[in-house]
Amino acid sequence: MGRKKRMRAVDGLKYQGGGPMIAWILHRLTAIGILLFVGLHVTASFFSMETGGEWTSWINDIYMSPWFQVLVAFCVIFHAFNGLRIILLDFFPAFLRFQREAIWVEWAVVIPLFSLTAFLIIQSATSGV
Amino acid sequence: MHSRLVKPGFSFDYLMWLFTRLSGVMMLLLASVGFIGALALGARLQMDLPTLVRWTFFPNPNHVVNSEIPDVNLGWANGFWIMMELLIIFFAVTHAWNGLRVILEDYVGSSGLRTLLRCVIFVLWLASLVMASYLIFTSWVS
Repeated sequence: MGRKKRMRAVDGLKYQGGGPMIAWILHRLTAIGILLFVGLHVTASFFSMETGGEWTSWINDIYMSPWFQVLVAFCVIFHAFNGLRIILLDFFPAFLRFQREAIWVEWAVVIPLFSLTAFLIIQSATSGV
Repeated sequence: MHSRLVKPGFSFDYLMWLFTRLSGVMMLLLASVGFIGALALGARLQMDLPTLVRWTFFPNPNHVVNSEIPDVNLGWANGFWIMMELLIIFFAVTHAWNGLRVILEDYVGSSGLRTLLRCVIFVLWLASLVMASYLIFTSWVS
């Protein structure tokens, strides 16, 4: 890559990419979030099953927290629907004309679905079931 | 917006690009089947939200054992769901480690470091598959 000036993280923040850039950054962040969540979850259950060790219980303590569950719900729902948008635009490039509108449609699906899920998580956490 | 006309060659990167999209679609489909299956089973067993989510993403009887389900093996344990689990695990694990590789390779310049990175991620991918498959097959013995 014949880039003249080295970019810093601050330069990235100054870049006014708008909706598509926010979607791109969130897609990466939620990807890393899901990988950490599922990776730690599988590793912890593997070792607690095989060694019977109690040292993995701190992971379960974090995962039982409703706030953490709300965060994971956002990661999964956003990543799923943003991924679906990327797939549709990649396989049907004619729709690239409407790529900014596609992001608004995506948020129109993600926000209600996430709100409902978050509401149900918080509700079941506060009702003490 | 103009799209360039590029003739795709079957390189590693092109295949992984395609796999990422196809596995994404597959995971959405498999999660839908798991979700519908959990709703159908849950109607009989008074299921709560955590159980629904657990079964949607990983339909293993051991996975819902912490929920207040009277008999996990009733309708939950059969070969169909073993296939579902194995497919979900394969697509999710491969999609995830490949995604991490794509992210990291955006920030790795030298090709020597990239080869090392690919080797490490290959080992982690294989270890994840083995570990998850082991959990699947040991939890169905009961």
